[in-house]
This record gives sequence, C-alpha cells and structure tokens, in this order.
Amino acid sequence: MAELSNKPFPPGEYPVVVVGSGPGALQVSHSLRQLGIEPAVISRDPSPGGMFRRFPFFQRLLSWTKPYAPVARTEREYERYDWNSLISDDPTLRAITPGLMDGTSYFPSRPEMERNLVTFAERAGVRVRFDCAWEATRMDGDRFVLETTDGEYRCRFPIFAVGEAEPMLPDTPGIELISHYVATREAHTYADREVFIIGKEVSAFELATGFLQWAKRIILASPSPTKLSVNTHSLVGVRARYVQPFEDHVLGGGVAILDASIQEISKVGQRFRVRVRTSNTNNEMSFEVDDVIAATGFRPPIRDLPKLGVVTFGRNRLPALTPFWESVSVKGIYFAGTVSRAAGGLKKNGVPSNSGGVGGHRYNGRILAKHIARTHFGAQLPRPEVKADDVAPLLLYELDHGPEMWHQRSYHCRVVTVTAADGIRDEGIWPLANFVDSEGPDAIAATIEANAEGQNYPAFYVRKDNKVTEHLLEPDQSMRFDSPERRAALGEVLRSLVGAEVPV
Amino acid sequence: MAVAPQGHSDQLHDTISALALFADLTSAELEAIAHTMEERYFAEGERILRQGLSGSGFYIILDGEAAARVNGVEVNRLGRGDFFGEISVLLGEAPSADVVALRPLRCAVLAAPQIEDFIVAHPKVAFRMLQAEARKLRNATRWRS
Repeated sequence: MAELSNKPFPPGEYPVVVVGSGPGALQVSHSLRQLGIEPAVISRDPSPGGMFRRFPFFQRLLSWTKPYAPVARTEREYERYDWNSLISDDPTLRAITPGLMDGTSYFPSRPEMERNLVTFAERAGVRVRFDCAWEATRMDGDRFVLETTDGEYRCRFPIFAVGEAEPMLPDTPGIELISHYVATREAHTYADREVFIIGKEVSAFELATGFLQWAKRIILASPSPTKLSVNTHSLVGVRARYVQPFEDHVLGGGVAILDASIQEISKVGQRFRVRVRTSNTNNEMSFEVDDVIAATGFRPPIRDLPKLGVVTFGRNRLPALTPFWESVSVKGIYFAGTVSRAAGGLKKNGVPSNSGGVGGHRYNGRILAKHIARTHFGAQLPRPEVKADDVAPLLLYELDHGPEMWHQRSYHCRVVTVTAADGIRDEGIWPLANFVDSEGPDAIAATIEANAEGQNYPAFYVRKDNKVTEHLLEPDQSMRFDSPERRAALGEVLRSLVGAEVPV
Repeated sequence: MAVAPQGHSDQLHDTISALALFADLTSAELEAIAHTMEERYFAEGERILRQGLSGSGFYIILDGEAAARVNGVEVNRLGRGDFFGEISVLLGEAPSADVVALRPLRCAVLAAPQIEDFIVAHPKVAFRMLQAEARKLRNATRWRS
C-alpha cells in the first residue's frame, strides 16, 4: 500500500495532485484531507520546507510570531498574532511555530520555520513523495498528465504550489558577469569591499543589512524610489526589519541609495564598473566596485504550463488567476502558496493581499480546498443557521478577532446569506472579489480595509437582487470595531437586507 | 551562479514607450515609471472598475479592449493607450461606471494613494493627461455648439 511505503503516492491516477512541499502545498493538502479528499503530493525537494530550506539568506524571517498574545495559542483568534504557523480546524495542529522558537526574536529563524513545517506535516499526517520532480505537463482528454522523474501522474485538478524561487535577471548588458542574490557568499567574505546591489526591494535591503558590518561601501540602485512598508501601510516596500541601510544613507554613512537605471556592467581587472543613468536628472554616473549582486527578484518555476495555455503577466511572469486561484485560461489548473498572490483582488486604496506570505496564503489554501471540494466533488459544507439578531454581533466579532480579514484586508470577507428557502446562513470566508463580482443570493460580506492614511475600518458589501452596494464605517485607532455606534450603523445596513427585525 | 537574463523589466518599458501619454519622457524616466507601475491582467468579462465601490486606481490599457458601463449600459469603449479611473482617484470618489474587459486586458496600474506623487514627479505626463481630458470634455460638449 502506498501509504505504508517510504515513497507514498506512486505514479498513477489521483483526484488531485499537489506539486510542492512548502507551506502552500502542505496547507492546501491538509485542508483537502480535512474535507475527505486525499491528494497525491509530490515534490522535487528531499524534505518539507520549500524556499525556507534556503532563504532568506540572512536566516530570519520577515514575518513575526508573537509567543505571548492576548489570545491562547490553541484558539483560532491567535492566528492574528502568528504569521507563520499553518492553520487547521484541529486545535492540536494550530500555532506550532511559537512552540519551536527560542525566545531570542519574534522573527522565527529559518531553521525554526523549517522545523515548523516538518512538524505540521508529521502531526497532520500530510505525506509527500519527495525527490519526485515535476518535469512536463500535457492534456489527455479531460485529464492533466504530469510527467515526473518517477513516472506519470494523471488527475483532473493539479494544484501547483511551487513558490517563487526561480532567479530573475534583467537583460542589462554585462549582466552575465555578475551573480544573483541566490549566489551571495558568506557575509564575512565581503569584508572591506565595495558592493553594488542592483535592486531596492526587500531582498536588496536584506543583503545590505547583512553587509553593514562588513562592506566598506554599499550602493543600491534601481529606477524607482524606495518604498517603505511603514509608509505604504502594507507589505509593499522594504520591511521595517531592513530599514537600517536607509537610515545609514540619509544620515551620510557608507550606504548610497540611487534612483537610477543600470546601463552596463563591465569588468575592470578583478573589479566591476557599473554605469547608471539617474531617473529624474538623466545624468550618467559610473561606479567601480569589488562585487555586483542582482537582487532583482524571483519568479515561479511553472515550467511548460504557458505552452499548455496558462497565461502569465507582469515582471514576475505570474499566472493570471481567478479569485479562486484557477488559471483564467486553462480551467482545472489551480495554484497555491506564494503564487496565489497573482489573484490580486480589489487592492482597495492600493493595499495588496498578503498572499505573498504564509500569513496570507494559508487562508487562500483553505478556501481553495473548500472550493474544489464544493464545485468538483459535490461536497456539502456546513452553513450554520444564524438568528437575525445575531448577525451584527457575529460580523463585528469577526472583524475584531477573525484572523482572516486582518491578514487579508479587502481580500477575504465573512459572508452571511439571506434567502427565503434557507433563512440566514453563515457561509464562512470567501474571496471578496468573488463576492462583489458574482451573482448569488442576497447576502452581506464583512471585511477590514485600510485607507490611504493607513487607518483600518470595517467595510460591508450588501448584495441584493444581484446589485452590490458598499457601506464603509469609521476607522478606529484602537482597532476595536464593536461599539454602540457601529452596531447602530451596521443595523441600518442589515435592515435593508434581512428586514425590520434586526435590533439596533 | 550564472543565471540567464529574461529581459523582464524592459517589456513594460517598451510597451509604455509607444503610448502617447509617455511620448515626452526620456528612457530613464520611462524605466522609472515601468518600475513604479504594476502590470495587471484581466480576463474577458472581468470588472476592473466597479461602479459605486471606492478605493480603485488609475489604469492605462497596454493591450486589449474594455467597455465603460453605467448601470449596465455601455457608454464608452476603451483600447490600447486609453486610460481610466483618474477622475475617481483625483476626486476621491467611487467610480461612476463599471469598466469591464471585453477581451483579455493588460493594464499598467497606479494605486490611488500614489497618483499625486506620480503627477508631481512627471509633469509632462500630467500635461498629456490634461490634453486627453480636454478632448473628452470637448467631445462631450460638442453638441452644444
């Protein structure tokens, strides 16, 4: 039996095949199993962990886990304070990360994160066929055929959770002379050297931070100005953890940060010359340095899927996805994990999803599993009945405490439907883009949004006779939304949907 | 570790360099804009702007075709080089129309909170935008003369 062997899931036919063994793959596989669907999980890696087996280069994650929080670790509400554990309906599988951290930081180390994922896979019983590399894909009737190093897998629904780990380089002249971020050496080998880093996003600032005590001069350059997450009020921009080089720059230390396009890289003896042109003044400048590193990002290794018809877009060649993370051009192909950020959602006021991190995409994985179970396998999922006078307290409680909307602002929402046949039902968490753009029963959706000033506020969307209206409530600096004023305001909104019996 | 270049950043740069809105910019400025704006893809039938829903952005069509609809009635068609969403962003109001992809649509997008800095940093783009707005106004009021 496959389940008893060291190599589970031998080549063959399966209802669902998940490719990957990082957090995205483990989350969607576990969530499918909780719904009674056993996917074959295959991975080219030798163990769970995905990109955390190698990155970030300087060891600690950017996303935090607070070991001590206002909520017990076993509660679902604790997820708001723990960005790194995978999620489960089973309380014994929750909040694994804080139990593995040694107290030296609230950013888990890379080995701690790797242990977190291994522990989850073991406790949840998510089995993976390791050292089995997906190599090619084709269609055979209504089946996808995944060719791997171990043989062929056939399924109707492949889920690719392959991360974004393929190095990406621009076609700047001379780029072949230098290395990508992935080939960065041990930090001490940059001692007393001048280092030019191409790029000004998170990975560039991560390297610059790691080099501060070693390199004698650090130059970072890319065409557009640096954004800081504390200014964008989102995960867009350089995260607070790596802002130190920026301060060094503005206070006149050994770091220079340029808004300039890279024109050419050439060798000068053992050193490099980097020629740049400044973005606004159009001046040409030249730097001679000991090392040049391209921190120019990654893209997903989706192999031959574009040849199969999967449309991609943008700088990172992400697959174009529906709100349920299905390819818009090849039905039946789904994506999980980091790549799920390709489904952008509403991006209200410029706030993106958090799907690029575990804290965001773990919810995508669970919603995706439910979507697949419901639409492809006929699963009838629980839809608890709600009394009319419990709707407002339910939604306000979820906005105050529900982790899904805090981690995925204006991206996921809590939905309550109202129909004559079914009464009032709690439908759980759905993608907001799906709610506002799809026809369906009369319903209300609640989520949290942020305005341009970074203030969080409750937002409600009412769908009545397939027309959706928006109702925004006032922000609250303490980020607690359940107040008499908001109950009254929400009561007004609900009356238009469920009738006069809603108490105010 | 040597990695083959993919020319990723130049694609958006090359596309926007052919649009009238950016005709007055240097290559370095174009590259900066290409790095500032995000590219998004919309499938046929997908809504890009939603009538009455706030917090949208400024969109420039790179490829494809879209329709502007008010209460479901088409009022305008938009194609490559056209832009939309600017009125909503500048006034801080929800869009007064849906914009729906009639076929696969690629857009360069700027989020609403970025628009002021963008316009101030690129006055030549702002001038081209004003010209386009003037043409829209002239066309809308032509019947009066």
